[in-house]
Amino acid sequence: MKPLPEEAGCVVVGAGIMGLSVAYNLARLGVERIVVVDRGYLCGGASGRNGGGVRAQWSSETNIRLMKRSIKICDEFATRFGINVWFREAGYLFLARGEERAKQLAQSCALQREHGLPTRILDAADVKKLAPELDTSRVVAASYNPSDGVVFPWPFVWGYARECARLGVEVHTHTAVHAIEETAGKVTGVVTDRGRVRAPQVICAAGAWSPELTRTVGVELPSHPHRHEICSTEPLKPFLKPFVGDLATGLYFSQSMRGEIVGGISNAEVPEGLDQGSSLRFLALYARSLQRAMPRLGAVRILRQWSGCYDITPDGNPLVGPVDEMEGLVLTSGFMGHGFMMAPIMGELLARYLLHGEERELFERWNLRRYREGNLLSETMILG
Amino acid sequence: MSDKILICRCEDVTLKEVREAVEKGYDDLESVKRYTGFGTGWCQGKQCVAAAARAIVAFGGQPPAAPITPRPPFHPLPIAHLAALTDEEEAT
Repeated sequence: MKPLPEEAGCVVVGAGIMGLSVAYNLARLGVERIVVVDRGYLCGGASGRNGGGVRAQWSSETNIRLMKRSIKICDEFATRFGINVWFREAGYLFLARGEERAKQLAQSCALQREHGLPTRILDAADVKKLAPELDTSRVVAASYNPSDGVVFPWPFVWGYARECARLGVEVHTHTAVHAIEETAGKVTGVVTDRGRVRAPQVICAAGAWSPELTRTVGVELPSHPHRHEICSTEPLKPFLKPFVGDLATGLYFSQSMRGEIVGGISNAEVPEGLDQGSSLRFLALYARSLQRAMPRLGAVRILRQWSGCYDITPDGNPLVGPVDEMEGLVLTSGFMGHGFMMAPIMGELLARYLLHGEERELFERWNLRRYREGNLLSETMILG
Repeated sequence: MSDKILICRCEDVTLKEVREAVEKGYDDLESVKRYTGFGTGWCQGKQCVAAAARAIVAFGGQPPAAPITPRPPFHPLPIAHLAALTDEEEAT
């Protein structure tokens, strides 16, 4: 193991796609002596446990605008980083089984079209054409954006890690941060199980572990970890084009480039907390809804299930940018299970904001201080 | 040694690929699993995990303290059987 440096210009906590994307973008803009630390191995957290969906279908202008750019980065990633990410322009298909939900999708669709997305509203017959195996008898309407996609998440992490190393960023896995240190309201570094790193800036990209990390320096975040389960079937011949989502149940599924059907569903009975275990209840709920949505899948076998933690915020929007009461502490957390798809663009924007003050309006809106001031935001298209 | 020796028969992962993973620094069992995909197929590692662990150590990687995290179900199960386990109402 490479020794941990005693001093750094910036410590990023979390070597998931978020931390690595931020580190990579800072390094590209000329920041030196960046150290990324992670308690586990690459892809061990949510970055290696998610369903690989990347979409621009959102209900807020900000998420639509950012995800359009993130998908473009995903599309070009293989060429730029020299690694196969198995990007597939699958399109996301959101099903509505009630009038209220159909109205909501139509509103979001109108907003997405205003921002140049090719999203359209489909009726049950159109849905049947797009995915003939779906049972459309209960479908009232659906929204479909053909330019949304599905990726294999792991190569993004390796690609960023490799480019970070090339740019001189030190990535230390198997290095757990016990606490952030401060003097008189200013960050001075981190204490890890492998020693102390002094640094004037600490970026918290620890996903669901963020609240317990910032608590070590007295900063309480409004977010909390929540276990979300997911599973994969045996591989099948490619047959399913879109990534299918149902916002009522949180059911989602898509066919990966390996041929497996990968998907999950909401499970409200899961208590909050850091837990990466698996439950039979999840499998039953998911199997029941999946079989209803696509009856022919009843004969297909589940190979494995696993889980990861969402970092849930009360208003469904992330916590990004500097923390007022702790100079040098910067957040990029609270992404509601959508941090993976947001990370390519967030890393770029956060680096530009920190160095050049770009996108000020966005970072003021997503700052933690909105919770102190009561200016909460909204987003209705959270899945899973 | 032949480049065609398979470590994981379900996912066609070769010994050579395990060596390349270790050489690139993905040198612990969980990282090699993710980098090569060994143990993620039909048998979920039941047949290959010991062989992969031995290979990792032989190539200079880290001796694993435990097997890869076992993922349920123990054996592949049809969706229809699992669906029959719940009678809860589905949210609409």
